[in-house]
Amino acid sequence: MSVKAKLHYFNGRGRMETIRWLLAVAGVEFEEYFFETREELIKLQQSGVLLFQQVPLVEIDGMNMVQTRAILNYIAAKHNLYGKHLKERALIDMYVEATMDLNDLVMCHPMQPPEGREKNLALIVDKATNRYFPAYEKVILKDHGQDYLVGNQFSRADVQVPETILMMEEMKPDILAKFPLLQGFKARISNNPTIKKFLQPGSQRKSEIEEKMIPQVMKIF
Amino acid sequence: MSGKPKLTYFNGRGRMESVRWLLAAAGVEFEEVFLETREQYLKLIQDGDLLFDQVPLVDIDGMKMVQTRAILSYIAGKHNLYGKDLKERALYIDTYVEGTMDLMQMILTLPFSLPEAKEKNLPLIIEKAKNRYFPAYEKVLKQHCQGFLVGNQLSWADVHLLEAILMVEEKDPTVLSEFPLLQGFKTRISNMPTIKKFLQPGSQRKPQPDDKYVATVMKILKEAMYYSI
Repeated sequence: MSVKAKLHYFNGRGRMETIRWLLAVAGVEFEEYFFETREELIKLQQSGVLLFQQVPLVEIDGMNMVQTRAILNYIAAKHNLYGKHLKERALIDMYVEATMDLNDLVMCHPMQPPEGREKNLALIVDKATNRYFPAYEKVILKDHGQDYLVGNQFSRADVQVPETILMMEEMKPDILAKFPLLQGFKARISNNPTIKKFLQPGSQRKSEIEEKMIPQVMKIF
Repeated sequence: MSGKPKLTYFNGRGRMESVRWLLAAAGVEFEEVFLETREQYLKLIQDGDLLFDQVPLVDIDGMKMVQTRAILSYIAGKHNLYGKDLKERALYIDTYVEGTMDLMQMILTLPFSLPEAKEKNLPLIIEKAKNRYFPAYEKVLKQHCQGFLVGNQLSWADVHLLEAILMVEEKDPTVLSEFPLLQGFKTRISNMPTIKKFLQPGSQRKPQPDDKYVATVMKILKEAMYYSI
């Protein structure tokens, strides 16, 4: 199968990871170009393909797309992962926007100075367990009997919420202890064939950033 | 019940201002409930109205919507301000509003930063407006040549960009001096009937935040600003 998309980013999660998840789940094969130096990013900026001089950049369907949400919205809509109508889309948007808020906190965490890390971690865990996860637990409770978060149909919310759950579990393995329905949801979704494949070693899923990589990444940006 | 959307937020711009702009541009009348005390906010949470314990909250079409982008996307989609197809929506409108959102976010968080940070950040914001964002939109207008950012009719992207331009001009009135097409855009879009009405005194458009607004928000939310706004 020919490659359908090309991703330009550094070799790590950052803002590109959710895009990788969604492409993988949608069954879209993609290639990746990784920046290793600031010069490579500058070269791309000078080429004029980056509307706001920023990455992620995704080449897809003849377009150079930037801005994470625009890219995710496009992939989701094109691959029928965005609900059946406007109100379902609205619900999906509400759920995934919250995951992106939480992901942002996780993404910025390694940039905290060492003395601030413990406090920041506690803050993130607090937000996950007291604000976000209770909300999703309630959603699943309300629609009990349905396998998916919105409209009884697989959507990007069923990809982005598990993505965030897994990231939070890396920070605190028992974070789902008080959320039995989320545990069940996570287990069910992880068995979805394309997600299962993406979760296996050797996939294009990226691991947590290593401490020693942080200075190099910050130099690029 | 009036059937009008009902907006719940602080009595100021913050994250709700873009929603007010978009509803106004779409010619949709709306009601507002202003949070003035922490008790009001806690009651909203207790009543289960806030999915993630956060405002903005917009009661619209039987849904209690939260998350600013979700709200804006819904309004845009409902009122024909989201382009005519997927490409217009994603490649253009979504991309453009993300840029103006990033720019306006910097301005909206400014009053909540420490004084030394405020002094340092304002010039940085103006610099980003002049060197990153406005050149991009100037180029779009130059290439697209239709008077609007996308297609040949008003979209969410146009409303959002006008809002951003006016917000930056409040900080630096000369900011559009190198951008003739943006100047023309600003005049044209400001003169569209629904938007002209919103720009007049007495509309539901909110003024720039002042110390009283900042104090109210901090009193009500009682937590680190970055994480709650």
